[in-house]
Order: sequence, then structure tokens, then C-alpha cells
Amino acid sequence: MTCFWFRSVLEKQLISMWKKIRVLLLEFAKIHRFLMRFFREVVSPPFEFKEFIRQCYEIGWKSFPLISLTGFIVGFVFTKQSRPSLEEFGASSMIPALISIAIVRALAPLVTALIGSGKIGSQIGAELSSMNVTEQIDAMEVSGTNPFKFLIVSRVLATTFMIPVLTFYVAGIGLMGGYLSIISKDQLSMLSFFSQVFNTIKMVDVFAMTFRALVFGFTIGFVSTYVGYFSSKGTEGVGKAANSAVVASMFIVFIEELLIVQLLSLLT
Amino acid sequence: MEKNKPVIDPQDVVIHVDNVSKSFGDLHILRDVDLKLYNRENLVVLGRSGTGKSVLIKMISGLLMPDAGSIRVLGQEVTALSEKELQKLRLRIGFSFQNSALYDSMTVRENLEFPLVRNKRNLSRAEIDREVEDVLEGVGLSQAINQMPSELSGGQRKRIGIARTLILRPDIMLYDEPTAGLDPITCLEINNLINDVQARYNTSSIIITHDLACAKQVSDRMVMLLDGRFERQGTFHEIFDTDDARVKPFYDYNFIR
Repeated sequence: MTCFWFRSVLEKQLISMWKKIRVLLLEFAKIHRFLMRFFREVVSPPFEFKEFIRQCYEIGWKSFPLISLTGFIVGFVFTKQSRPSLEEFGASSMIPALISIAIVRALAPLVTALIGSGKIGSQIGAELSSMNVTEQIDAMEVSGTNPFKFLIVSRVLATTFMIPVLTFYVAGIGLMGGYLSIISKDQLSMLSFFSQVFNTIKMVDVFAMTFRALVFGFTIGFVSTYVGYFSSKGTEGVGKAANSAVVASMFIVFIEELLIVQLLSLLT
Repeated sequence: MEKNKPVIDPQDVVIHVDNVSKSFGDLHILRDVDLKLYNRENLVVLGRSGTGKSVLIKMISGLLMPDAGSIRVLGQEVTALSEKELQKLRLRIGFSFQNSALYDSMTVRENLEFPLVRNKRNLSRAEIDREVEDVLEGVGLSQAINQMPSELSGGQRKRIGIARTLILRPDIMLYDEPTAGLDPITCLEINNLINDVQARYNTSSIIITHDLACAKQVSDRMVMLLDGRFERQGTFHEIFDTDDARVKPFYDYNFIR
């Protein structure tokens, strides 16, 4: 009797596990198809250049106020927090070098990507999802327009292009925040601050920052368009899509950061 | 009031739905459905909510694919077309959505230009403007050209939705619940517009509705979807001249006797 009960429970568990694995595998297949379609559509004409520019404006230009504030605060606070430890070892003159490495190598791309995931990811996820709910995507399709090219390709390209631009901007404004934090206590000319910064940063650091930003930009665009495009119908679907776009983008950005750091440490 | 029916040639079929079935999971929506739409005909499809009326026209326009059966539109088998061929065929099919599906980030002008600039890339600015103004005049909303969809009433949105499909001069119009959620006077205006479109652009149309006043006013022929099949067809009077308990409540609700 016990043996029979155990077998039936085990059978149920295995079936439920297989169902979950199947759903997961089907989702991976769907993501793969979406990715392949993106690469196919991105190189085939007609190109939606006007929509790409509009998205760059929506994604990039409209993020400047938030990115400026965040970048400045990160630079300022990081410098303020680092100072006591460095002073303890009599190395406060190393602060510009330290913050330049921290900002260019890690903070600028990561902070931009996280802010981007929150602001841009939720915006794209919610927009596409509500277009899905109100049949606007179907309307595009029946009017002879390729909605994938118009909505997905333009947005993914815009995030891939604008996140690096925003990253450079965050790096600049973060360094300015660091400089202001230093001169709030010490005397240091801007010229000597930036000469220390540029003496420390190597070209490979700038390339690494750009590479990271490109990967993060593509990730944010791809994840949020995927989630929005395939959202479930109904107003609840819009909320879920916006939420999933942010959570999934941030999660993948962190994993990518981990992998890129490993990769770069192997290469350099 | 019933319309003057155009002369229909029964040999001139523009849509032929043959033995089509469609299920979503365990839910069987359509079972072996057959339907013909003749050239220049307004065909009304009646049926209760959830009986697959919208699914049917989505399959005709290639937005959904049937599980079994064949759908021929203007001589082409929809289920066998490539993505590009389907896109080309869709230019000859206008689809008016239940909620109008206007692009809410664009003005009325941009909504109307959208299919035009993407499908007729050689048109000049002046030609595009002329087309937009012409089609807006056709639906009686020239003054709304620079308004956003959110500034329009339900009836105006419907008209703009219809105008957007007409701008490509389709041969076939598919209307999904054109009068749903509108007041009686606006319903009457939309019904007149559907008849005007048929007369002015020589379109053949499928109109999905459960508004019998609309059905009576715009139909040349009607079919009724019951339990996933077309079980009754004919004129308005032929459809409702029955004691079938599945049909009678439709009439009784719409025209209280």
C-alpha cells in the first residue's frame, strides 16, 4: 500500500516537473526565434530610420535628467565614502585615480544599465503590451506593415545605440560629482584632477566600458520588447509586462556584468 | 430600413472558407465552417459572444491560422502564403477593429498616412495629403485631421479606423463589431457609412455583429454562427422566420415584440 502511494506521488512529481521543463524549453525556443528574426529583419530593407531616430529621442534624450542626477550622485557619494579609507593610509592623493577606475570600469555602464532597465525597460514593456491589448499591433500587420521591424527592431537598435551614449555621459558627470566632492574638503584644480583621471584610464578601459554598454543596451531593448510583444491580453498583462521587463533586464544585466568581468580579466 | 441590394454574381466568389476548424487548447471554437463572400456583397455574420466570429475574420486576414480547412481570399490560399505574399494580400483587405485600434501616439493624419507611406513609397507629399483629405472627407471627419485619438469620441474613432483601412483602397472590408458600444444615432451613421463604403469603393464586406438593427440595415445576406457552425443563412427575414430557441432570443432582445 505504502509502495503504491509512494509510486503515485513520485509519478505526479515527475509529470509536473516535466511540464515545467517543457514550458521552459518552449520559452527558450521562442526567445531563440525572436532573436533570429531580429537579426534577419535588421539587415533587410526597408529600414525604419525615422522611427529609430524617434526612439533615440524617447529613450536617450528623455532619460538625460534622471541619468544626470544619478550619475552625479554616484560620483559624489562614492568619492565621499572612499575618502576616509584612503586618508587612513595617507593615500588621499589617489582619490582621482580611484574614482576614475571605479567609474569607467564598473559604475558608469552598470548604473546606466540599471537606470535604463527601470526607465526605458518599463516604458517599452508597457507601451508594446498596451499596443498588443488594444490590437494596434494587429492593425499594423493587416495594413501591410511589418510590426516587428517597426516596433522591435527600431527600439532594440535605439537602446543599443543610446545606452553607450548615456554611459559616456554618466562617466563624465560622475567624475564631475567626484571632483565636487573632493573640492568640498580639499583644494584641487580641475586641470590636475582630470589630468590624474586621464593618466589612470587606459584605452582598454574605454573599450571595455563601450562593450559593456553595448551589451547592456541590447539586453534592455531585447528583453523589454520581447516581454511587451508577447504579453498576455488585458490590463493586467500591461502591468505584468512593465514589471517583467524591468526585473528580467536587471537580472540579465547583472549576470552579463559578472561574465564580462571574468572575460576581461582573462583578456587583460 | 433595409438597403437596396446590389446585383451579386454567384460565380464571383472573393472569399471562400472551406471546412475550417479552429480550437484554442481544448476549446473548439469553429467546426468545419463553410462560407462564401461574393463580389460587392455585404455579408453579416451573426452569433453570440465567444462563438468565433472575430476568430473567423482574423483567419481570413491571416492574423490567425486555422487548424484544418482552406481559406481562399481573392483566389489565393491564405494558409499557404509566405509572410511577404500575405503582406501583399493584406493590402487588398481592410480590417476595421472593434476598438478601432488607432495608434494612440499619432495624430489622425499620422494614423491615416501610416499604411500609405509604408506601402506606396513613391507617393509625393502632396499626393499623400490629398489621399488623407479625400478619405477623411469620405467619412465626414475632415476637421479632426490634427487631433489625437484620445480627443475623439467612440463614433469618431470608428470612422477614423474605417478611413485608415480605406486609404489603401481595399477590395474587401472586414468589420469587427462596428457599432459596439455606440449610441443609436452614431450606430445609424456607422451603418450608413458601411453602405457608402460599399457603393463608393465597390468593396465586398464581412460585418461581424450582434446588433440586429445594423445587420438589417447593411446586409445583403446574413449567416448565423451557432455552436461553432453556420446553421442558418439568408436574408434578415429568412434567418428569423423560425422557432429555433437559439435564434429567437436574438430577435426578441433587439426588437421587443
